[in-house]
Amino acid sequence: MGILDKHGVIEKNATILLVGSLLVVTVGGIVEIAPLFYLENTIEDVEGVRPYSPLELEGRNIYIREGCYVCHSQMIRPMRDEVERYGHYSLAAESQYDHPFQWGSKRTGPDLARVGGRYSDEWHVDHLVDPQSVVPESVMPPYAFLLDKLIEPKYIQDVMKTNRIVGVPYTDEQIANAEADWLSQADPDGDNSDVDALQARYPKAQARNFDGKPGVSEMDALIAYMQMLGTLVDFSTFTPDASR
Amino acid sequence: MSKKPVEKKDPETTGHEWDGIQEFNNPLPRWWVWVFYATIVWGIWYTIAYPAWPMIKGATAGYLGYSTRAEVAEEIERFKGMNSELEAQLASADLTTLSQGSDLHNYAIQSGRATYATWCSQCHGSGANGAVGYPNLLDNDWLWGGTLEDIQMTVAYGIRSDDNDDTRYSEMPAFGDDYLSDEEIAQVVAYTMSLSSVTKDAADMSLVADGAVVFADNCSSCHMEDGTGDRTQGAPNLTDAIWLFGDGKDAITEVVSEGPYGVMPAWSGKLTDSQINAVSAYIHQLGGGE
Repeated sequence: MGILDKHGVIEKNATILLVGSLLVVTVGGIVEIAPLFYLENTIEDVEGVRPYSPLELEGRNIYIREGCYVCHSQMIRPMRDEVERYGHYSLAAESQYDHPFQWGSKRTGPDLARVGGRYSDEWHVDHLVDPQSVVPESVMPPYAFLLDKLIEPKYIQDVMKTNRIVGVPYTDEQIANAEADWLSQADPDGDNSDVDALQARYPKAQARNFDGKPGVSEMDALIAYMQMLGTLVDFSTFTPDASR
Repeated sequence: MSKKPVEKKDPETTGHEWDGIQEFNNPLPRWWVWVFYATIVWGIWYTIAYPAWPMIKGATAGYLGYSTRAEVAEEIERFKGMNSELEAQLASADLTTLSQGSDLHNYAIQSGRATYATWCSQCHGSGANGAVGYPNLLDNDWLWGGTLEDIQMTVAYGIRSDDNDDTRYSEMPAFGDDYLSDEEIAQVVAYTMSLSSVTKDAADMSLVADGAVVFADNCSSCHMEDGTGDRTQGAPNLTDAIWLFGDGKDAITEVVSEGPYGVMPAWSGKLTDSQINAVSAYIHQLGGGE
């Protein structure tokens, strides 16, 4: 009973017990967390994934502000029923530039990880203005006010810089051109719009008047964000490594 | 608890004593100790059988070679395999020759119903009864045609879909921008309303005669002189009782002034050929198929 007798010393001394517990938890933490940062199979690089364009980022902030995540997740789990309903299961890389991420499994509404391109812009406007007009059985509240709130790219550079601090690789060029890109995407026919430059910086960025109304509203930004969700990875050419 | 082991034998005490209360040094219950050992053995087995220990380049793969991705891929393949024969037939089937009640027809309708619920119901309604601006698929009033081939084409290529070059395309001008004055719009709205049985009574008859002239000059090239529409251009029949954007005077005025631009996404590429065939067959048999 030698070692068990010595154990009594730890049990009877609160400070030693605390230090010992901390050591055990630290070892557990290092073994479980640290490998995630260096193991290749946890940081799969996927072609096509890019940081959000300025307008998409703005839309994403509106999405978070309105609490869309309370009812909608953005994570298609690797299960047959989810894949058949929502499309290819989500890859970790697809949310690598999300701060914060939008994963979840509580779905009052459907998962939105691949909602991009699924519906027309008009449908999104109709649906956000009055969800029950297109889906009578829906319990979603209306967001018609988004149409009336006109916005300007005044702070978009700051938002991008903040994202850069937490690890999104926005280049100086992208930040310098943030306002121009923001305007080009929302109004591609505008006087100073340059959609080619936008798409060179943000491949696959969709540029159009999303809400069909003059001026750039919060509705434009939100729909720009939703129409790109899940569209960046081309699954006709990308085959996920089955061992991951 | 009610039994008193104290009376059977007198175990040692731990030596702790508080105000005369002493603590017995009873051993742990046997079953508890064995469960504890079993969890340790299970833990060792688990880390050998499943991916577990992080190494320098990757984690140990585990004796069973389990992977979530492989499992879901296998599961999907298994279900595909069960339907593969019918799927293959359906993908290349000529829908017009499918006989009612055949296995393939039944499969197409059931699979089409599932596809419809997943991809189409958000706009056209879970009962396919449509909504304002989104056509009802139960009736026989078709914008672009209601034969199986027409429906298939609409599903595959969409309507005014940005990302498909074969998409069905037409555009009604916004007559409120420069083309017609407010007065002319009011006249042509009155004339249009006079064409349909549901709106006839509400039409302002004093404007109808002038409206007919405006209609002949501006609208008849697509909606035809008698207002019965032209499916090759997706121009709706204005003489029937069905009004996609509403049958009120205000709704019709808005359509004429602003010009509707309804978009349906192209589904080729997103859905498989067999899914497109299945959903077309499903829609065709809902009631209005031609």
